This record gives sequence, structure tokens and C-alpha cells, in this order.
Amino acid sequence: MIYADNAATTRMSDAALNTLIELSKENYGNASSLYSLGQRSKEILEKAREDVAKVINAQPREILFTSGGSEADNQAIRSAAEIGKAKGKKHIISSAFEHHAVLHTISKLEKEGFEVTLLPVHEDGLVRPEELSAAIREDTALVTIMYANNEIGTIQPIRELGAICRERGVLFHTDAVQAIGHISVDVERDNIDMLSASAHKFHGPKGSGFLYFRKGIRLTNLIEGGAQERGKRAGTENVPGIAAMATALTEAAATLAERAKVTQEKRDRLIKGLLQIPHSALNGDAVKRLPSNVNFCFEGIEGESLLLLLDDRGIAASSGSACTSGSLDPSHVLLAIGRVHDVAHGSLRLSIGDDITDEEVDYIVKNVREVVEYLRGFSPIWRDLMAGRKQFIL
Amino acid sequence: MALYSDKVMDHFRNPRNVGVIEDADGVGEVGNAKCGDIMKMYLKIDNDIITDVKFETFGCGSAIASSSMATELIKGKPVSEAMALTNKAVAEALDGLPDYKMHCSVLAEEAIRNALEDYERKKGAEGSPQVYTHVECECEGKE
Repeated sequence: MIYADNAATTRMSDAALNTLIELSKENYGNASSLYSLGQRSKEILEKAREDVAKVINAQPREILFTSGGSEADNQAIRSAAEIGKAKGKKHIISSAFEHHAVLHTISKLEKEGFEVTLLPVHEDGLVRPEELSAAIREDTALVTIMYANNEIGTIQPIRELGAICRERGVLFHTDAVQAIGHISVDVERDNIDMLSASAHKFHGPKGSGFLYFRKGIRLTNLIEGGAQERGKRAGTENVPGIAAMATALTEAAATLAERAKVTQEKRDRLIKGLLQIPHSALNGDAVKRLPSNVNFCFEGIEGESLLLLLDDRGIAASSGSACTSGSLDPSHVLLAIGRVHDVAHGSLRLSIGDDITDEEVDYIVKNVREVVEYLRGFSPIWRDLMAGRKQFIL
Repeated sequence: MALYSDKVMDHFRNPRNVGVIEDADGVGEVGNAKCGDIMKMYLKIDNDIITDVKFETFGCGSAIASSSMATELIKGKPVSEAMALTNKAVAEALDGLPDYKMHCSVLAEEAIRNALEDYERKKGAEGSPQVYTHVECECEGKE
């Protein structure tokens, strides 16, 4: 099988898996217990905090461990909303193609009396800094813009966006779930106040993630209970999972530049190959995108049937079609960059691993081409397009 | 549990009666590209018996499987029997569909009914050019 869905989740690295197993077996003590087994867990936990902080150029006390990216997004936004509310600031700025963990949280706040501005992301899948500047108001409590998009992989001008927020005195949060471990992220350089990350996107375990929050930012609890995480996130710490995350992140950071270079070459080979398929288009900017992300629309076909047939040929990928989401609408990300429903249903996301070979890339291209041609062969839309009864969009 | 039954996967992987009938006696098309599925049915009818049926579908796995199964269920059958085909019968013949995919079996039922209505209409007006009504799916108009 060629696994090309690393944006959905990744296989754990051997080192991370070893950490997870070893600690689960040997160091099962509760980090709040005072005997040595418990204290050893506490030490491991704090060492993991140091390691994670170091990778993003933060201080250990600025790291809160969570169950993953969604929890971190929820807590960051809720906290910023509380801070804003206390100062009479009830305006939030985000973008139209954020992850649902962000969009659903802010729409909930909207119902609670906050005003929300969603910045457009344009055809290239990028937010414009000048549009952020223009959208910031006196009562803006938070700007939350993702580092890299989870579907089309476009990398936002985070440093510039952060600088604008800093200058205007507005808190800046970024969902960096797709970016961390894959491209360089530095909270100082990038002017970030809060950042969300998830371990299973960088070869760590599922159920482990973190929130970076700049010193001085008062967090609001999502989970009440014990005094873990300095009282900001109750519940016995998932020490094996957290330590395995730190292992995976340290490993990813050490090899980042070299992996990105190799993966990017394969990505571009894949893009070049798929562009040979008639009436297809790459979604999002070709350069300002994650090294692993390829996202295409193919006119005249529907994404789910494409995925199922690729699965039969040993290729695991994903799509933004409505049928894969269980709703009637295709991906909000593709709609946000201006793809109309008709072609957004025919999308394919390939998020490749750094170990993919040229042969595998060529195998993907060949099979996507064959399956697209096969499905077009009995698509009434394709027949209408070919007969000139309908205009091609792509 | 897998997303689809083996029967759905079989009809999806090896769809029966795929294609076009150029001189069809009845043609029906339902759905739209906006919702992500369109089904088109072509019928050849002789002496009120459906002697041939072909389909074209733009859509997900269950839409393709539903079209395929529906054509099997009406091929060789009298028009009256085909007219009575329900989406439930299509879904049952496929050993079930996930709840949110039942819509696909509804499209199959409607596409066949649409084609049969086109046939009846043409029978009533011999020699008139081929026309068929385009039935919009239920999501039409929703953003």
C-alpha cells in the first residue's frame, strides 16, 4: 500500500513507539504521586515539556499538554475570548478555511455575543496581510489564522500576520497542526501568542497534543478537576503519550530541512504528472505549500468513487467531496478558494510521506489518470462537456 | 465494519449495464453536479417490456452501485413493474446502504421513473423529438 494520507494521520515513528511502550510498561506511575515511580513520571513529563518548548523556541512553562489539536484550538480561542470580554472586546478575526475545531468554536462564541470576521483566502489559498490590517478593530480580541491549511496545504504569511497583531495589540493564535514537524515554526520569529499542535500529525501517538501560550496569557479551563497542568487542564497526565510526542517532535525537528527538501521534490513530480490529466487543476499556491501536500480537482468525476478505486489499487488518499463528509456540501476549503460545487466534488488530496519513491509517485500518477478516465467514461457530466452542451470549468 | 456491503462494492467495482442507448425509447436524468450526483437512465422498450437499459452516473460509490442495481432490477420487466420500483427495494437488493447514502437509492428510483415518464410521453406523441424532464435533487438551492 502507498499511504498518501499523512495529513489525516501518520504512522508512529519507531522511536516514538518505543517511548510509548516502554513508559506504559515501566513508568506507569501517576505524576502526582510522591513515591519515586510517580516522581519519575513527573520528571519525564517535565523533560517532554522542555523538549517540545525547545523545538518551537518557547519556554517550558508556556506549554500546556492537551489531548490534541482540537482541544488546544478550543482552549486557545475560549481563553482569548474571556480575556477580551473582560476588556469589553468582543470581536474575533479568522479565515474562511480554518479547521472546524476553530470555525465551530468561534461560531459558538458568535451565539454568545461575539462578532466574527472571516478573512477571504483567495484563489491561491492565502490570506492577505493588508486585509487583516483592515479588519482589525478597537474591540478585536483575537486573530486566529492557521499556519498551513489541512486540505490544500497552503502556508500562510504567519510572521507578517503576527507582526500586524503585535503592533495593534491583538492576541494572535495559529492552528499549526499541519505545520509543526514539517516546516520551521518559531513562536518568537513568527510573532505567535498561542499555537495548537497535535502529535499524530508528526509521527507521534494519537490523543496527545499541546497548546503554546505566551507568558502572561491567562488560560480558561475546558476541563475542571485536579491541579494538573498548573490547574489549567485537569486529569491524570498521559505521560507515555506526551513523552512519545516529545520523542517524535525532537526527531522531526532534527531531520526537518533534509526531509522537506526530498518530499518537496516528490511533491512537485506528483503535481507535474497529475497536471497532464486534461481538465484538472492544482488547488492552492504551487510554491507556498507544505512539502507533502498535493490537492487536485478533476472535472466530471466525484471524489469518493475515485478514492474507493484508488484504494483497490493500493493507494490511500482523501477527498473534499460531499460524499466523503456525509454532508451535501463539498469541502468548505475548496469553496473558500473559489472552486464551484461542480468541481469541488471531484477533489483528491494526496499527502505523501518522506519515504515515498519516484516509482511510487509514478504509480500514483498512472493510476489516478486511469481511474479518472474510467469514471469519466460513464459520467453524464463528462459526456455533456465533451459534446459542448456544457462549458468546461477547469 | 466496512463503509459498504460486499454487494455495493461489487456493483460499484463492476457496474452492470453501463453506457448509452442512442435510440432509447425513454431517457431520464436526475440530480445535479452541485450536489455531487447525477444519474441518467436510457430505456429500450418493446411491447411494454424493458428489453434493454443503460446508465451513466456521476457520483459516489453508492450512487454508481444504486444505478447498477436498479438497472438489473428492471431489465426484462414490464413497464408497470419498473414503475413500481422503490428506493427501498434498490437499497435492500444491495444489502443496505448507510443512512446518509439512502439518497442515492432515491435518485435511482427517480431516474427510472423519469425515463419511464419520458417513454409514456413519447408514446402519446409519436414522432415528437426526444425530451425529458430534468429532476433536481433535494439539495438544490441549498448553499
